[in-house]
Parts: sequence; structure tokens; C-alpha cells
Amino acid sequence: MLPLAGERKNAKGIIFEKAYSRNISRGTSTLKRGFAHMLKNGVVMDVTTVEQAQIAEDAGAVSVMVLDKLPSDVRKAGGVARTASIRIIQEIMDSVTIPVMAKCRIGHVYEARVLQETDVDMIDESEVLTPADEHHHIWKWDFTTPVVNGARSLAEALRRIEEGAAMIRTKGEPGTGNVAEAVTHIKKVNDELRAIKAIYDSGDNQDLIRMAREFKVSYDIVEQTARLGRLPVVNFAAGGIATPADAAYLMSLGCDGIFVGSGIFNANDAKERARAIVLATTFWNEPEKVKEAQKMIDERQSMLGLDVNTLELRMQERGGSA
Amino acid sequence: MSLTVGVLAIQGDVHENLLSTKKAIKDLGIEGHVVNVKTADEVRKLDGLIIPGGESTTIGQLSLVNSSLRVIKEKIEDGMPILGICAGMILLAKTVDDHVLGKTGQPVLDLVGIKIERNSFGRQNDSFEAEISMDSINIPNFNGVFIRAPSVSEVSSDVEVLSKFNEKIIAIKKGNIIGTAFHPELTTDISLHKYFVNLVHESKN
Repeated sequence: MLPLAGERKNAKGIIFEKAYSRNISRGTSTLKRGFAHMLKNGVVMDVTTVEQAQIAEDAGAVSVMVLDKLPSDVRKAGGVARTASIRIIQEIMDSVTIPVMAKCRIGHVYEARVLQETDVDMIDESEVLTPADEHHHIWKWDFTTPVVNGARSLAEALRRIEEGAAMIRTKGEPGTGNVAEAVTHIKKVNDELRAIKAIYDSGDNQDLIRMAREFKVSYDIVEQTARLGRLPVVNFAAGGIATPADAAYLMSLGCDGIFVGSGIFNANDAKERARAIVLATTFWNEPEKVKEAQKMIDERQSMLGLDVNTLELRMQERGGSA
Repeated sequence: MSLTVGVLAIQGDVHENLLSTKKAIKDLGIEGHVVNVKTADEVRKLDGLIIPGGESTTIGQLSLVNSSLRVIKEKIEDGMPILGICAGMILLAKTVDDHVLGKTGQPVLDLVGIKIERNSFGRQNDSFEAEISMDSINIPNFNGVFIRAPSVSEVSSDVEVLSKFNEKIIAIKKGNIIGTAFHPELTTDISLHKYFVNLVHESKN
């Protein structure tokens, strides 16, 4: 069954009602986290048009994420990045059978409300868009639609889960085509999980309380997570993934799946690359198959990529301290 | 003889099914083990298979790539028991339509005379939990977890309907083949997994 560490049974997003002439419930942690579990070992692809969404579905993506601009184009354009046009989100929902996600700004409760009313399958409260609230994230327990959040550390991940996130993704550095930050973040989360597991196994509850204070979360969620030895929700890698080998490498570090942002549709061989990244994600532990996938792409067509040390805008820092 | 039950580990909630099946085997006191399988060779060694929940388009396409889909079909036609959950049930079907988009044309196994309506209850906001029953296999109360769930819109005469919800068919059985629209592996109740392990046990002995 699903680990339900940190869940709130009295959340406003849970709806009890009579439907189909029976008592049913919607928006429970089982349904929201369960949805994320169905995406495991899959690839979620950023798209901006119906055409791209169909390419993603044909390539075997488990879901598409609708944005107004791909992260690398957000970087180039500057200005304020907001949620995508509802009309485009709806057109995409009407043209693919796989789940459709969309991004809202960090802390922008009403962009999230609008996306819930639009009936998207998951909302991404994302640092790729310009934050609307520097101090608070959305209280996600108020939503029936599941929400995914980015995190760079175990502390950030647990804070988001306590706010009701049904899924976590590492932040990486979006729109760079550079996988280095995603690797750093997943390794950091893994190291921190090992550390709290060791404390739990030693029986030193006082040290777990110290961790909870350091993380700025409740003791309960630290204790439950330490016992599990992993995050209580599905954890995908994201930020800078551009090639099949990037995807396979992150899967090998223990991620449950992959988000690909600019890496596919900013490359000149999007169709082949989308398929290749799906193959490499599925068969990440078979190097022969990852090589076959890597052969399907041409490095000369890859997005150029950026050195993360010279960036003026570090999206990953957005919402990190809250 | 020791049983080998496999969970198709292409995509989806593989691990939850692995845990539920392990618990079922232990509870029943049957000698056996549970393994993740991906390749055609791994599928050949199985006595029973679970195709888990996930995205049916993804699982179907990727199992075509490594030819495991063909071997799964052969094995089931030879009598190997199979439990298809949500996406897994979709893959067992003869034809698949989407609730909104109509015909999908996705790869399926065409093993049971059923027609599937994908996303039959709506999108994720319409996903729900409700009490259901499968009386004919002695599971009268079960917490049904429906996530963007399909339903069965047509069955041929050789297919037994195990459960209905609001007149929609949500679980079917044809010989050694079981399909459910809901997710037993997301609950603590392992009675359906136990029923399936028993089926594997009987078919082997």
C-alpha cells in the first residue's frame, strides 16, 4: 500500500459526497499520491502546443506538462512568467488520453484554483514561473487536484509534503540543458534520507527532534520518513535533462521517474529524442538498451546548454527558504 | 512446487503489487516468490503475472519494443493466470475507446472479449474511493480505489462480470484471466491478491 506519512484526514480538498447513488470520497491522500504512483518509471514532458503533446503521447510519455514557454525560453524572454493560457491547456486535454499537468506560480493560490477548475490532472507549483509569494507556498491540502513541488533538499521536500504536495521533483536548474544540479539535488536528498534512517535505527529520538527543528517540519513526518528510509511520496528528477543517458543516470540514483523540460522540444530532433528518453528511462539498468536509445539522438541536435555557474537567474533558489 | 509470480515492471505502481503479492503468499502459507519482470525470457519462467496500474499507452508501446507482449499473450493462451489492474486490464482487452477522444488504436493483447472505455469516470478530480463488492469470489466488501479509472463497456458471453459500480462493469474474469478497474494494491486489503495467488497455485498443481 501507499505510505501516507504526514497526511491530514481533515483536509479541505477531500470531498465526501453521494454520487453514483453511493457514498464516495475524492481528493484523499490515497487518490492524490496514488495518481503519482501510476506515473512511476515514466517520463513527463513539457509541452507548449497540441502538436508537441501528441508527439509526447506517441513517444510513450506518461503525462504532459503544459507551459506558456519552455523553461529555456522563459530564461531568454525574461519578464514575469505566469501559468499557460487556459484555452491551450484545454485544447491539449481534448487531444491526448494521457494525464495533463500545468504549472502555476509559487504561492499563487488563484492560479492553482483556476487550474483545478480547468480540471487538469496535476498542478505543478513551479519555480520555473515567477514566484507570486516570497514567503509562502500554496496550502495544498485545500485542493482536490494533486500538486507536485520542486525541492533541493530533504528539508524542502518535507516542508512541501507537510503543505500537502502529493509528489516531489528535484529542482535541478531548469532550462539549462545541464543535468549537474539535478544530480546534486537527488544525491543530497538521498544522503539526508540515509542520515535520518541511521538516526532512527539507532533509536535516538532526541536527535530526530533536532533534525525536525533544523528542517522546520514536524517531528512526526521526520520520524515516519526516517522509518521508511525514503520520501513518503513519489520523487521524480527534473531540471536540465537533455539526453537518454541523462535520464538513465538519474533513474540509477533512485528517482521514480523523469520530468523533461526544454531538453526535448528545444532540440532539433524532438520526435526521436522523446522516444529515446522514454526508452532509456524504462530500461535504465540495461546499458545496451540505453546505448541504443542514445544512438537514436544526434548530439549536434541537442540544445546547447548553459554553464550553471554563470547564470544570472537561478530558478532553483525560488521558494527554497520558505 | 514453488510458485513464481511476476509483476510486469515496465511502468507504473510495480512495487505496491510486489508487496501485496508477497504478503498474500505469506498469508496463504504457500511456497513461492514474487519477481519484477521486463523481458520476454523473464516472462517465460512465470506461473502467474500481474500487469500493474500505470499508463496503458506507455506500458503497451514499451512491451512491444522488447517483444514481452507477444510472450505474455502466448503464456496466457496456454493458461497462465493473469491479473490486469487498471492499465493492465486495458491491455487485456479486445478494443479500447477513450471516454472523450473515442478510438485509441493503442497496442493491446486482445485476450478477452471486452471493450474498454478509458477514463470512464472522468479525469483525476473525479478519481474516487468507494465500497465495492465481488460476491461471486467471496469478497463482499472491498475499498475500491479508482484513479482515472476505465470501465468495461461490453463483454462477450464467455466473460464473467465480477463487480459493477453504478451499472458500469469494474471487474471481470474469464478462466485464468482477471481484470479490475480499481487498485487493490493501494489498500491494505490483500484479499484479491490472495484470490489471484490461489488461482496461480491451483493452475500449477
